[in-house]
Amino acid sequence: MSPQDSSSDSYESSLSGASSDVASFEDHHKGFVGRFHDLLHGTPALVPLIVLVAAVLIFGLVLGSNFFSPFALTLILQQVQIVGVLAAAQSLIILTAGIDLSVGALAVLTSVVMGQFTFRYGIPPFLAVLCGLAIGTGVGAANGWLVSKVKLPPFIVTLGMWQIVLAANYLYSKNETIRAQEIEQQAPFLQLMGTTLKLGGATFTLGVIMMVVLVFALAYALRSTAWGRHVYAVGDDAEAAQLAGVNRHRTLMSVYMLVGFICGLAGWVMIGRFGSVSPSATTGVIGNIQSITAVVIGGISLFGGRGSILGAFFGALIVGVFELGLRMAGANPQWTYLLIGVLIIAAVTVDQWIRKVSA
Amino acid sequence: MTTEPILKGRGLVKRYGRVTALDRCDFELYPGEILAVIGDNGAGKSTLIKAISGAVVPEEGEIYLDGQQVLFQSPIEARAAGIETVYQTLAMSPALSIADNMFMGRELRKPGVMGKVFKKLDRPAMEKFARQKLSELGLMTIQNIRQPVETLSGGQRQGVAVARAAAFGSKVIILDEPTAALGVKESRRVLELIQDVKARGIPIILISHNMPHVFEVADRIHIHRLGRRLTVIKPGDYAMSDAVAFMTGAKEPEKEAA
Ligand SMILES: Nc1ncnc2c1ncn2[C@@H]1O[C@H](COP(=O)(O)OP(=O)(O)OP(=O)(O)O)[C@@H](O)[C@H]1O
Ligand SMILES: [Mg+2]
Repeated sequence: MSPQDSSSDSYESSLSGASSDVASFEDHHKGFVGRFHDLLHGTPALVPLIVLVAAVLIFGLVLGSNFFSPFALTLILQQVQIVGVLAAAQSLIILTAGIDLSVGALAVLTSVVMGQFTFRYGIPPFLAVLCGLAIGTGVGAANGWLVSKVKLPPFIVTLGMWQIVLAANYLYSKNETIRAQEIEQQAPFLQLMGTTLKLGGATFTLGVIMMVVLVFALAYALRSTAWGRHVYAVGDDAEAAQLAGVNRHRTLMSVYMLVGFICGLAGWVMIGRFGSVSPSATTGVIGNIQSITAVVIGGISLFGGRGSILGAFFGALIVGVFELGLRMAGANPQWTYLLIGVLIIAAVTVDQWIRKVSA
Repeated sequence: MTTEPILKGRGLVKRYGRVTALDRCDFELYPGEILAVIGDNGAGKSTLIKAISGAVVPEEGEIYLDGQQVLFQSPIEARAAGIETVYQTLAMSPALSIADNMFMGRELRKPGVMGKVFKKLDRPAMEKFARQKLSELGLMTIQNIRQPVETLSGGQRQGVAVARAAAFGSKVIILDEPTAALGVKESRRVLELIQDVKARGIPIILISHNMPHVFEVADRIHIHRLGRRLTVIKPGDYAMSDAVAFMTGAKEPEKEAA
């Protein structure tokens, strides 16, 4: 017998008359909200950018030229440079659906390594900086290995690493600060990132320029290279990415090591910003929360795979604008924290809305 | 059959905790044929093809490709050997575009310095290729190849996954329920595509619960039951009701056939 005669033709025979344009992807007409939703879906950095511009305009209107001056606006850049670099690192981890609580502590440890290697062992400052970057990368690799190979949750791994790194930092430095004057006289290279460039009233430091270059380089890599696509794919659905031919382990290791390296850069920026090397810098304790705040306000989803690193950069700037603006307005600093808290919750609400596929 | 199988499995075992998904399973795929694999839900069909495609590593047993023993540790290795798979879960990254998904893990780079030094993706080339493959499949007229996969319907997604496998598979193509979410017309297109691929000389493993489809396109039918091959039948020799009876255990086949 031939079974196909019995059934398949009966219901498919009417296909011959069917229209040939099938399952079209054409955008059906959407309302304004629908189109705005699509735009946000495609350009997730747009929301923080709008908030940033609005905040600058509002503070500019209220405070006038005090705030709306090249000096004040570039001061914001200087004040956010450490958090900005850490937020770039944090973005990478959060895009892979992880979180890194050790970034701030690692930045402090690497700055201490750069200082102590120079002053305790007499290593040339240039090499000491390289050693700091290498140790940052190494700690990142340890985090990455525990997350990817041992399959521990990133929160737990980096919670532990945060304590380990912070304690190692105090033990190794014997809680000694290297004073700015000493560094200036004997190893000015360590303060390189603090070098200022004046352009009219605007003041830029090398650290600020480094932060901006870093953010744009990472934005390019994430958007336009295979590596970047793999970072998103692993963060979105690690299982699917692996079945589709992504090396999950290598992608995660590269991300965690790069993040360790960037924390080393942040440590170097810290020396430039403060002039001194201090193991008790507050970045070690609150750097992680500050960077996560910037990332969340910047619209990167904590579930991974969605958002843009530019958004995190704007998030860091938004926090900087609020801090300086409210300080200039003479407000109680608690207002800054209160507003940032509101922004965090608002950002996650918007994220949930964007994630909904159909508006 | 006198020819050597292109793909052969012997005594494959895979356990998930206390569940034995593959229980000393044997398996053969011959050059140029369409082999259907049928079986109840949970019989271990998906696990079998995952073992073949490197997505799971079997605890025991051997797999031979072209007579050479292979031990794939990951889907990447199987893919490099020319085995392309559409998984039941489709293995797509929802937030990424159709083109990005089609080229996941084998992206094209721009020629020259931009590609070599800056590793820049050649998006126009990737999008052109993806558009072409999807139109070839005739499953859909694409307006926006940059559209994230999560904005596609389930059937459209399945179409993209099938197009990806058909475009890149050079030795064996494995399809795990490729028409499960497709409409009548789209299923027909996938069946035609399967015939096209066969005409190109590439053998296919097709897992499906749709008996008319299976009996229409398959050269041989591997009936899977309780983690192993019960028997292999030729569609001309048996009726669909017999196949279903074997599959569910209502009836026992007389012999290890084929
Ligand atoms: N990742 C997993 N973890 C634990 N158990 C699993 C896993 N994958 C499959 N199993 C078990 O292995 C057995 C075989 O599953 P498999 O997916 O291979 O079945 P199947 O024949 O493809 O079924 P279906 O027709 O529903 O797709 C089932 O009992 C299932 O519960
Ligand atoms: Mg299955």
